Amino acid sequence: MIDIPVVRWGKPYESLEKSDVSHFETGEPIARVSQANGGLLARDMRKADRARQLLKEFSIEDLIHRAALAADQFENETLPLGNGTQSADEFVMHQSASTGLPEAMCRANMKKNSFVLRNMTEILDCLTRGLPLDLLSRGYGMESRGVVVSYQAQTSVLGAVLPSNSPGVHTLWLPVIPLQFGLVLKPGSSEPWTAYRVAAAFEKVGIPPEAIGLYPGGHDVGSSLLSSCRRSMIFGSEKTVNQYSGDPQVQVHGPGFSKIFLGEDCVDRWEEFIDPMVESVYINGGRSCINCSGIYAPRHTREIAQAIAEKLGPIEPLPTADPEAGLAAFTTPGVGAAVWNMVEQDLQSEGVTDCTAEYGPRLVDCERYSYLRPVVAHAESPDCEIASKEFMFPFVTVVKCPQADMIKKAGPTLVGSAITEDQQWIDQLTDATNIDRLNIGPIATNRLNWLQPHEGNLIDFLFRSRAYQVTDESMLQW
Amino acid sequence: MTQSNDLDAVARQARDRLDQHTYEMVQRHFHESTGCPFWLQKKSELDFDPLTEVKGFDDLKKFPLFEDEWLRGGPVERWRMKDMSDQPTYVFETGGTTGIPKSRVVVDDFRTDYEVFSDTLPDEYFPRGSNWLMLGPSGPRRLRLAVEHLAQYRGGICFCIDLDPRWVVKLIKKGWMEHLEAYKNHCIDQAVTVLTAGHDIKCMFATPKLLDSLCLALEDRGTSLAEVGVKGVFSGGTEFTPQWTRYAVEELLGGPASEGGVYMTPTYGNTLMGLACSKPVTAEEDYKISYYAPQPRAVTEVVAFEDPNTLVGYGETGRVKLTTLTPEFFVPGFLERDEGEREAPFDLYPWDGVSGVRPFHELASSTTVGVY
Repeated sequence: MIDIPVVRWGKPYESLEKSDVSHFETGEPIARVSQANGGLLARDMRKADRARQLLKEFSIEDLIHRAALAADQFENETLPLGNGTQSADEFVMHQSASTGLPEAMCRANMKKNSFVLRNMTEILDCLTRGLPLDLLSRGYGMESRGVVVSYQAQTSVLGAVLPSNSPGVHTLWLPVIPLQFGLVLKPGSSEPWTAYRVAAAFEKVGIPPEAIGLYPGGHDVGSSLLSSCRRSMIFGSEKTVNQYSGDPQVQVHGPGFSKIFLGEDCVDRWEEFIDPMVESVYINGGRSCINCSGIYAPRHTREIAQAIAEKLGPIEPLPTADPEAGLAAFTTPGVGAAVWNMVEQDLQSEGVTDCTAEYGPRLVDCERYSYLRPVVAHAESPDCEIASKEFMFPFVTVVKCPQADMIKKAGPTLVGSAITEDQQWIDQLTDATNIDRLNIGPIATNRLNWLQPHEGNLIDFLFRSRAYQVTDESMLQW
Repeated sequence: MTQSNDLDAVARQARDRLDQHTYEMVQRHFHESTGCPFWLQKKSELDFDPLTEVKGFDDLKKFPLFEDEWLRGGPVERWRMKDMSDQPTYVFETGGTTGIPKSRVVVDDFRTDYEVFSDTLPDEYFPRGSNWLMLGPSGPRRLRLAVEHLAQYRGGICFCIDLDPRWVVKLIKKGWMEHLEAYKNHCIDQAVTVLTAGHDIKCMFATPKLLDSLCLALEDRGTSLAEVGVKGVFSGGTEFTPQWTRYAVEELLGGPASEGGVYMTPTYGNTLMGLACSKPVTAEEDYKISYYAPQPRAVTEVVAFEDPNTLVGYGETGRVKLTTLTPEFFVPGFLERDEGEREAPFDLYPWDGVSGVRPFHELASSTTVGVY
């Protein structure tokens, strides 16, 4: 079994407390992970400035180049992991075994991460809106239009409390090292794999290991990370989002409540858009915040729901190694049943129809784990409770709603895909502050363009744009 | 005689003493001339006569398990022993973040408990006559007065910081983490001020979280607990894990006391019990923490999850069961909200102990621990 230590600025630390990461089907331990305590992390944070100092010895261009090399390491090579090693195939198997995600999805997420590492130049160009990168490194400089600008780093490191069940989110923190900030990660209890593998890949390409800290542990480690890092990310439930939503030091990523809106002008052609709708609901096992949980249309909603149900309803769980497997397991005993109870309650409400009922039971309950087969519901009105729900499996409500009410009734929406050519409505959607990422046209909600910022621009989070004035003489020396 | 025979003999003596003490305490609590109204009333509901049928510790199994809910609400006088009702009496509360707290009336128990505990403290690290700092929950809690008495009993004076744990729990439940941090800093600032004000404080009590924060705050000011003169700390709480202890010893307290670091001893206790002491914690034993109750005044047992009258084997896991047998308070078997492993007697404490104490797994998710 692999023994995985806490990593304190590159130095392995074996804790007296360890937690097993186990195979969700058999319960067999795969790895034993040392558990940090909150104080340990808080204490190490006193040396956080050194992480940035070390990274600033490299230019951003050099770090970008190394990130691309790290992409190859991450995606293809056998890398050190704790007291052993892990090949790329083992990574996929381990991640699938501990998270319940099919191997094909793990591999897709792996490719997504390496894509971001490999294309860092374009991603940073986009995130910075074309700023010269040495300006970020130095903190000030001259833009091409001849104006002095300053971007002041607000922290030396980015902290992140990572999830256990969504290995797709790691792309969000990958640009941090090329931007010369250290990383302090609390890996998810059943998904330590990505954080450790990225750290190993970075080390392999010459990035100082002292720039990264890995602190697996309990809730106290998460709290300690959030209170001791001046900038951090957390991934969690709606409750987590509410808890940290007013904290400028924390970027919180929770449920997405992503939606598709069909406009009056296009809804009669709904059959043309079924494929992107199905993809939006089903991809990645329905686990992502970018999966669609609501489809709003002014009419034809029953037909739309029936058509989606026809495609998703018959889907059954398959072995994780099956390339066709599309459902992810709930790996904690009882969770699938508990989620199903909540869904069932909503499905029984007035004005709600369970369109997948005819395709057999949804809950597949096994001794150690469970699956929920896709659920497609129809709601007569956006006021039905189910219209504002999102679950960690392929679940969608097709909601009957007049176009004029859609923006207001949709509520918070991470990705909104509006299928319309009505320019007046497009303008209203563009102005809608409850929609974060807006797609115009039949674009599946999961089809993210990596050259667009996601849920807040990382540059805005890590830097503060501020006034900076110098004399003409000193400017000449730049 | 072998060492094992020696231990068997002292363990037998301790057991005899416990049986005798149990008999005496039951006589006291159930006699009309001495008992408190609560137990005298309960006696009438029992299907046995405690005065004639409880002769030793094992006979306490005849009682139903103690329910701490019985301690909630008034009149608090129902817990006053008849022969002590004219003596100055304290009430100490536990819980109470929402709803009515549980209360225990006390005349001398807290003093006696901490005097017994005092005898376990090494004078080298808790020098007699030196002053103390109490950095933990105050207000209606027993701890503040108890630590103050400990300091006085050892010839010192105790400085206290005011800390309201009920407010801390509310802050956490409301998610007001910024306020939580501010309140913690408010307490730590006061502690640093007292420690650096020339009061010659050499000993202290602190909860693990506050000790951690205090050490970091001192470090921020370019000093340390050892440098400000503290030699010994006692601390308590279920978050006192071997890993936390190791972290504290290695990174907060300047290394093991034998190598010049500040001495720290973990304790386990609550308002119902006295204070269980720890077997000396060492790196050689991976900082394993084993607690031993102050028998015969209190007894901790590790019992089967499904049968609270059956002890688990040594090294096996079970629920912590507490029995309190003082002249003022009688608790004939209370299932704590903790679990752990049963530990064997040893020369210093020749009776059962408990190690690896942690929240009982069936209650763990609903319990807020280690908040201050």
